[in-house]
Amino acid sequence: MKQIFYLLAGVVFGFALIKSEAASWYRIIEMFHFQSFQMYGVLLTAVITAFVGVELVKRITVEKFIQEPVIAITKKAEGKIRFPVGGIIFGAGWGIVGLCPGPIFALVGSGSIGALVVLFGALHGTWLYGLVHSRLPH
Amino acid sequence: MEHLALVLSQPWPWYVSGPVIGSLVPLLIFIGSKSFGVSQSFEHICAITQPKQVNVEFFNYDWKKYSWSILFILGIGVGGFAAEYIFPAPNRINLSNEALRTFASWGLNSLEGLYPPELYSLNLKNVAVLLIGGILVGFGTRYASGCTSGHAITGLATMQLKSLSAAIGLFCGGLVAAHFITPYLV
Repeated sequence: MKQIFYLLAGVVFGFALIKSEAASWYRIIEMFHFQSFQMYGVLLTAVITAFVGVELVKRITVEKFIQEPVIAITKKAEGKIRFPVGGIIFGAGWGIVGLCPGPIFALVGSGSIGALVVLFGALHGTWLYGLVHSRLPH
Repeated sequence: MEHLALVLSQPWPWYVSGPVIGSLVPLLIFIGSKSFGVSQSFEHICAITQPKQVNVEFFNYDWKKYSWSILFILGIGVGGFAAEYIFPAPNRINLSNEALRTFASWGLNSLEGLYPPELYSLNLKNVAVLLIGGILVGFGTRYASGCTSGHAITGLATMQLKSLSAAIGLFCGGLVAAHFITPYLV
């Protein structure tokens, strides 16, 4: 049953990525040139909604006797330098192809062959990371 | 019904699409303690497809434990399909005048759809650019252990400092590329 929910959550996300135009190269380049508020508005309101929602979920899932939520909030991976450096590398790719991972899948679904090429590259980038990760500083 | 279809087809302003996207973070935590994020799925796809002969240790794990992530990205694809074919946008993107001037100065004139044919139509130069950009996205997100959804949305909303440094990093990388590299690639 939960499995259907994950699929549906993806459908909503993919749909919203197209309709918010976050999956548009034009919008992303416009954002990086500070020429429109649309993308900043999407990110900002998404973060605020997520923050409020997570706090609510924490409160309603507190168990009566142990006073702790029964849900878990995943902690990010260990390390320090990996976050800004990996972020810069990813950001450079984002600023070129105009697609971050969510929009890549949304556009592949919409039938874009170009996005399929980007996905092909991203999987090879991932594989490359898996190959060399033990030699990288984290 | 027709009215609903019309609303769904239009572009969604930020104050609609942002909250819709953001609400998925608490929903996924509530349903199964899952962390909203997309780029981890790249690893799982590698784990599924890696041929025996290649056998990079990093991808030798039981991806079925993370099947939710695969279902999630399949859903994203279905959502993208629906947004394009069932509820197609009636007009071209309403870009700012400043952006229109920038794109005109780069020689981009059609401005139809979500991305420029000058970069996304298949020729040797474009395939090379899209592949290299994709490799940067894949490598960078796995090195940083997250992308826009995992770090800039989930990580910031759950107040994790690591995600703040990743978000600042990805924004800086994007700024540099969009100003100093991309203009020469389209």
